[in-house]
Amino acid sequence: MSFDLPTVAFFLIAIVLVGASLAVVTLRNIVHAALFLALVFGAASGIYILLNAEFIAIVQILIYAGAVTILVLFAIMLTQNANSRTSSPFAKQWWLSALICIALAAGLIAAVSGSAMAVASGNASVHLATLGPDSGTVARLGQLLYSPFTYSYVLPFEIASVVLLVAIIGAIIIGREE
Amino acid sequence: MVTLNAFVILGAILFCIGLFGALSKRNAVTILMSIEIMLNAVNITLVAYSSAFMGHTHGERLTGQVFAIFIITVAAAEAAVALAMIIAIYRRRSTIDVGEINLMRW
Repeated sequence: MSFDLPTVAFFLIAIVLVGASLAVVTLRNIVHAALFLALVFGAASGIYILLNAEFIAIVQILIYAGAVTILVLFAIMLTQNANSRTSSPFAKQWWLSALICIALAAGLIAAVSGSAMAVASGNASVHLATLGPDSGTVARLGQLLYSPFTYSYVLPFEIASVVLLVAIIGAIIIGREE
Repeated sequence: MVTLNAFVILGAILFCIGLFGALSKRNAVTILMSIEIMLNAVNITLVAYSSAFMGHTHGERLTGQVFAIFIITVAAAEAAVALAMIIAIYRRRSTIDVGEINLMRW
């Protein structure tokens, strides 16, 4: 196992990602949890850059680290409750869900490392990010999303815009004062 | 050298952390944040598979990234609607503890 720069970057980002998401689910102060959520989104964007997915990385920063974090912080601000600080943030059966999640994680990891597909292809190394003239995937991604002539996802893309419109109107109607 | 398995296992661990938060927390906003972590874990897995099989130059190998974009879109819509619902519930009941919002419990 050689330790070149992308490998070191991957393990650093993975440790930050797991640690920050553990902080999100365990911290008592919900504002701190929201700030660690922003760190999770930023670290995930680093993973996308390592995987040669620049467009997803930028979109991740714009939408998740920008918009969703602000939205969550506003919701926390508008629903601040006096007794939420004193009572425990966990439900009564939290140990049961911890048990289920640890079992699920063990099962998933065993399945990932033991399946026929993993043996065939998973141990092949991922082509990590390289700098070069033809390393970008944005143009091909745009073609795959928009192109009306070749095989593309134009119709799902348009439906996604309708979904966003419905969500905006629904959020306004649900959230407005009576 | 980082293998595809490392990315997929990272996605699995993140998914389980998010699932734990969604199942065990009492604050509705925290549950929403845990669900966002789960969606991110799925996105990482999709992009990792897409990137691992990108050796061929044809654009259809990027389908995993297209799926990730759609997931991000739907997650943003979901966050907006869910936070509006949380604020509406807080206005009526002045709590967002999911243990106390039990109108539909049988």
